[in-house]
Amino acid sequence: MTDLQLIVTIAVIALGSLVMRFLPYWLFPAGRPTPAYVRYLGRVLPSAAFGLLVVYALKDVSLTAAPHGLPEAIALAVTAALHLWKRQLLLSVAAGTVCYMLLVQLVF
Amino acid sequence: MTAAENRAQTLRKALRCAFPYTIPILAGYLFMGITHGIIMNVSGFSFVYPMIMSLTVFGGAMQFAAVSLLTRAFDPLSALVLTVMINARYLFYGVSMLERYRAAGPKGVYLVYGTVDETFSINYTAAVPEDVDRGWFMFFVTLLDHLYWIAGCTLGGIFGSLISFNTEGLDFVMTAMFLVIFLEQWCKEKNHTCELTGLLLSLLCRVVFGAERFLLPAMLAILAALTLLRRPLEAGGDAP
Repeated sequence: MTDLQLIVTIAVIALGSLVMRFLPYWLFPAGRPTPAYVRYLGRVLPSAAFGLLVVYALKDVSLTAAPHGLPEAIALAVTAALHLWKRQLLLSVAAGTVCYMLLVQLVF
Repeated sequence: MTAAENRAQTLRKALRCAFPYTIPILAGYLFMGITHGIIMNVSGFSFVYPMIMSLTVFGGAMQFAAVSLLTRAFDPLSALVLTVMINARYLFYGVSMLERYRAAGPKGVYLVYGTVDETFSINYTAAVPEDVDRGWFMFFVTLLDHLYWIAGCTLGGIFGSLISFNTEGLDFVMTAMFLVIFLEQWCKEKNHTCELTGLLLSLLCRVVFGAERFLLPAMLAILAALTLLRRPLEAGGDAP
């Protein structure tokens, strides 16, 4: 690609991203009441989206190829157990990540 | 105290409250940003490209996809279609944050501009103390995350493959953070229909459609399921 074509491609990606972020605010402007269905979605979507994000973060894990998702499963269990016990975001995330790094670098 | 001092104190308080929430993102974004910068560097691009993309596109998945778009033949239409598909989840976040981001006033425009998975997760779930301004808290979470990302992408682009330390597995920091946020939301709600809908339908779509193609079908399935469940969820008073 020429420099101009590169710039056009990046501009398309940037503008496309911008539109996806602002679209809900344009569709449901401040002055008019937001439809009840959209307000309902605003209440129920976040919980579902957090489930989606967990799966999205793990999307490239393969259960069929070695190590069969084992390091992920162990590190997630450590993160979850520690979090349900202490409820400290930073502690749970740090411990889970260190556990995972040790597992993939030294064990698996 | 003058109005200016008052305002400065409000800002300082919000920044102090916001920063700890962003520490996992600092680690994750520096790592992923540097990785993205290195990939751009070894693909033959000046550091200016990842830097400008981190400022304007601001999205991990999108920027990694952009590398393959930029190294192929010129095809802006494919670039647009891929952008819409990868970023469709921002529609979910927009619908969820409509009222809160609007209530933040003019800086709400930047909050919308800076919408990403991690910032949305923090801004939606964080328990902000009453004496901290919620709008400025969300502003600083967004700004700090954006700065971490810009720093990572730029550094990776400048130093490229010179950086070598054993960071294998560090990307798990984001996975762990999403799990913790999911658990927090789970503990906050009595009825888990929404969390289970999101988790199980995403898993199902990941199995059926594969890692590269499951995002859009999963979002459509979640939207359909929650639409069908509207009456029982609202009738039971279970909708959060």
